[in-house]
Amino acid sequence: MDEPIETPPTATPPQGEAKPPPKKPTKKPPKSDPAPAPDYVLSSSPHIRKAISIRRIMGEVLLALLPATAFGLYLFGPHALWVLSLCVAGSVATEVVCQRWAGTRVTISDGSAALTGLLLGMTLPPQAPWWICLIGAVVAIGLGKHVFGGLGYNPYNPALLGRVVLLISFPAQMTAYYSPGWWGVDAVTSATPLGLLQEARIRSMGLGEATQLSMSDAFFGFMPGSIGETSTLALLAGGLFLLWRRHITWDIPVAMLGTVAAGSALFWWIDPSRYMPPQFHLMTGGLMLAAFFMATDMVTSPLTTRGKLIFGFGCGLLTVIIRLWGGYAEAVSFAILLMNSAVPIIDKYTPPRLYGTGKPPAQGPKS
Amino acid sequence: MAGELALIAVSAIFVNNFVLARFLGICPFLGVSRKIESAIGMTMAVLFVMTVASVVTWLLERLILVPFDLQYLRTITYILVIASLVQLVEMVVQKTSPVLYQALGIFLPLITTNCAILGVAILVRQKSYGFLETLTFSLAAGVGFGLALVLLAGLRESLALARIPRAFQGNAIVLVSAGILSLAFMGFSGLVRG
Repeated sequence: MDEPIETPPTATPPQGEAKPPPKKPTKKPPKSDPAPAPDYVLSSSPHIRKAISIRRIMGEVLLALLPATAFGLYLFGPHALWVLSLCVAGSVATEVVCQRWAGTRVTISDGSAALTGLLLGMTLPPQAPWWICLIGAVVAIGLGKHVFGGLGYNPYNPALLGRVVLLISFPAQMTAYYSPGWWGVDAVTSATPLGLLQEARIRSMGLGEATQLSMSDAFFGFMPGSIGETSTLALLAGGLFLLWRRHITWDIPVAMLGTVAAGSALFWWIDPSRYMPPQFHLMTGGLMLAAFFMATDMVTSPLTTRGKLIFGFGCGLLTVIIRLWGGYAEAVSFAILLMNSAVPIIDKYTPPRLYGTGKPPAQGPKS
Repeated sequence: MAGELALIAVSAIFVNNFVLARFLGICPFLGVSRKIESAIGMTMAVLFVMTVASVVTWLLERLILVPFDLQYLRTITYILVIASLVQLVEMVVQKTSPVLYQALGIFLPLITTNCAILGVAILVRQKSYGFLETLTFSLAAGVGFGLALVLLAGLRESLALARIPRAFQGNAIVLVSAGILSLAFMGFSGLVRG
């Protein structure tokens, strides 16, 4: 637990390197009086600060991803390691090139590019060819982040943008999955549970082979899928770690997973011969990874609790709709990208309440 | 019947969104998306013109053009209908909300040449929709246009505070954002067949 460190009340707030560049306008420090130090000092908020930096946050998120990454490597072997390394290296290299090009300070040491690369790699199939990894990394960091001005300004989650571009551009390579074996030995081509379900639906064959998936296999992660998405257990562990460290708040994952569970349960209850039960939808595909690590991205999610609940609900609802009736087997990336684009509007209409009044602040003058 | 109408609506709003999937009506999409308020005003104007225009052209097609064998006058008739509706909207907006009139500027009369509106009227004829279907389709097309416009306006309002590299400032970053929005909307593809 981070101890909140109270800074001595000085007139000029110290230049903390905390937080990505501000979404909210920062107030200028009040002009200090040259008079001798008074008994008490007025200064503008924030008053409570934490000894925390971008590097520290990114480091702990990387740590939280470790169990799922390690499990993915255990399942899919050396080629998965190759894919992850290429994605991370590609992302970091793109970050260097973009920042050199723009003439700004190179900030690869904060770990945000490496994290984007790792997240991208975890959503790729284990046998993805090298050029898929590199194109994804360049798109994620270049188009997703630096075109908009770098970390803190990107409206879309870079890793998800990279994945969606790959999914639309190279559907064949992006849906070629392998069944897991120890360290990637005995890999056999096979579809993911969601892929099987969608194929059965398109051919009007009911649920198809998707019903053969055992729920305990899905929970531990012994099923075909993207490198870092198979193990619900490992991802839950990482997500709970982040919650405990307070790098994410409960609202988005709870709202998103709850909506997916409720939505799929409703249709399963209406017609169990055509729809899979909610636990299937919770444990397959990229839902867990996305709900804890991507939807909660602090740059691309709303600021207030109400806004976050709306955001999570929207992500879950779109996921259910696209999964049950859409053309893509995996819906989570699209759902989050769509909700990312609604974040400015959600923020605009869910302002934080004024302390003590229960009312939203008056709208500022229209500029 | 209600189910079919719902499918038509979902298709026109999300799957075949006029701006983000059919790429019609791009100029107001880029031109009036600077602020959410003016985007909503534009949406209302387009919604009204689109719905009334497709209903009126549907009636004209059935009652005049086809019976008198005048189909070769179709395009000019449609444009005439749209232009007079736009004139009407322009007068109403100017009298009721001068601020909105200012904000919409040249793009209000330019609704006349908004290809989305002519597009809806022509698609309605090509798909030989009935009256209720026409009404639903044109309303939903307008709502889809508004959705895209308001989403982009929100993004642009937040991008106004971003430190965008010089090469991408202005229309470039708007086009990039619009392109990514369109990518995200591809997630809806396949939701409604046909």
